[in-house]
Amino acid sequence: MTALAERPYGGSRGGPQGGSQGGSQGGRRSRGALALMLPALVPVLVFSVGPLLYGILLAFTDARSGRNTETSFVGLENFAELLSDGDFWESFRIGLVWGLSVTVLQFLASLGLALLLNQDLRLRGVARVLAVVPWAMPPVVIGLMWRLVYHPDAGLLNGLFGTRVDWLHDFSLALPAVIVVGVWTGMPQTTVVLLAGLQNVPKELYEAVSVDGAGAWRRFWNVTLPQLRPVIVAITSLDFVWNINQFSLVYVLTQGGPGGRTRLPMLFAYEEAFRYGFFGYAATLGVAITIVVLAVLGLYLWRQAREAD
Amino acid sequence: MTRALKHLALLGYVVFLAFPLLWLLSTALKTPQEMAALDPTWIPRRPTLANFADAFGEQDLLGAALRSLVVAVATALITVTLALPAAYALARHRSAAGRIAIGWVLVSQVFPVVLVIIPLFMVLRRLELVNTLAGLTVVHVTFVMPFALWMLRGYVRAVPRELEEAAAVDGAGRLRALAAVVAPLLAPGVVATLLFGFISSWNEFLFALVILKDPEVETLPLTLVRFVGPEGVARLGPLAAASLLATVPSLVFFAIIQRRLRSGLMAGAVKG
Repeated sequence: MTALAERPYGGSRGGPQGGSQGGSQGGRRSRGALALMLPALVPVLVFSVGPLLYGILLAFTDARSGRNTETSFVGLENFAELLSDGDFWESFRIGLVWGLSVTVLQFLASLGLALLLNQDLRLRGVARVLAVVPWAMPPVVIGLMWRLVYHPDAGLLNGLFGTRVDWLHDFSLALPAVIVVGVWTGMPQTTVVLLAGLQNVPKELYEAVSVDGAGAWRRFWNVTLPQLRPVIVAITSLDFVWNINQFSLVYVLTQGGPGGRTRLPMLFAYEEAFRYGFFGYAATLGVAITIVVLAVLGLYLWRQAREAD
Repeated sequence: MTRALKHLALLGYVVFLAFPLLWLLSTALKTPQEMAALDPTWIPRRPTLANFADAFGEQDLLGAALRSLVVAVATALITVTLALPAAYALARHRSAAGRIAIGWVLVSQVFPVVLVIIPLFMVLRRLELVNTLAGLTVVHVTFVMPFALWMLRGYVRAVPRELEEAAAVDGAGRLRALAAVVAPLLAPGVVATLLFGFISSWNEFLFALVILKDPEVETLPLTLVRFVGPEGVARLGPLAAASLLATVPSLVFFAIIQRRLRSGLMAGAVKG
């Protein structure tokens, strides 16, 4: 929690700190700061801003993967093509179903787990360790591991249920099966953050409602949830962004199959760019994903802000 | 809810979280005969380590692991070297440029990686760095940089500024103060960021898939996927064994930095 405890030093809104004392020191400092800012800005500019701007620019070109192909500006042509591309709409629909359901399920599952971990129960130690393991695992290994679980012959599920289902190749089961893996994979971060949020809820608040004779449910509804709200909004927003941009997990599990039923937008963009070589079109897809993410996040944050008032 | 119910619920979580891991372990220890049996068993009847040996025979696991190691170590070192001065400046000097830079670090998370990987690929191709470990390292540095900056900035801010200023007043120069006072306090955070960079690079798949084309330069995640093959038929035992081995470094390092990573993430999540 070190990063939380340092608030006093971080008062960015110009506290009484550096204000009036020492004008000359301030001048020296700002020159030093300029020299220090350079190494700060250069990596951000070169490694983050630059490629992104270049990528956005590509969305308005017909760039191809070939070495000697001419690239020219095509304006909004890619976007027009995108809007009439049935595969694109299908991929986005799947992406939204995946992104929203994984985020919601992840949140509910993690909230339950965090509430349990916050109490003095047996098994707590084991559960705590298990709850962070998926965080450390390579996504590829997680994907391969679940393929073993879902495997139609040597897998666990069919043996357990006595079924003979090919989970990851079934048209209607593949997406739900992949969503379960998504929830499993993303629970650690969400649980850890929610648990830390729970531990920061002031004890006095609970004592106050206990005096009123409120039950566990009322305590949760009237104290815990409102107190957790900022943490919940932050982590679910992050989760949504992470989930909608997921690639490795689903690529390893299904490669987007069967018949495109799990082809998330990122898989679609990857295929367009690196299988078919349409760099410009894939960049357009990237921009479209960004717009959708921003729209969903904006709506969500706006509603949260309104309700909080 | 009674205590018994709570225990039951927690047990449910433990089962959900643990069963795929146990199944992976179980598969790794099974003989091919047992794998083919109609009734899958949890505990292998005759546990064997043959799958681990087979895994090394089937693919160039050792080579892939070495290449992953090189890229991950280089990524961690380069990222921290570039990010540390930056993080220090961002933490200590408040300026409009700094605020924009740190705001950008957050905003950039919203953009999907396709938007970054295509331009990077084009630049690397021009530099003849496609299909090389150097090229992959460059990409990994860009990919780890934002969170590394964010983490390091948090650790710098956790070092009281007064300590630094006191040392400077005592006659130690600014640099001496940094070396003598700040560096030791910052060291654990730097180690955590290094390990974070290592894990991110070691685990990373999409960029490696795009940049590396030949088996001779493949990193570990690519080699693991190769086990499955294009038709999805694989010898499950060696696949499970190799997957377990590939996870060990990440798990060990993660165990070391877990707490610090948590506070880093919290700083990100709470302050948003």
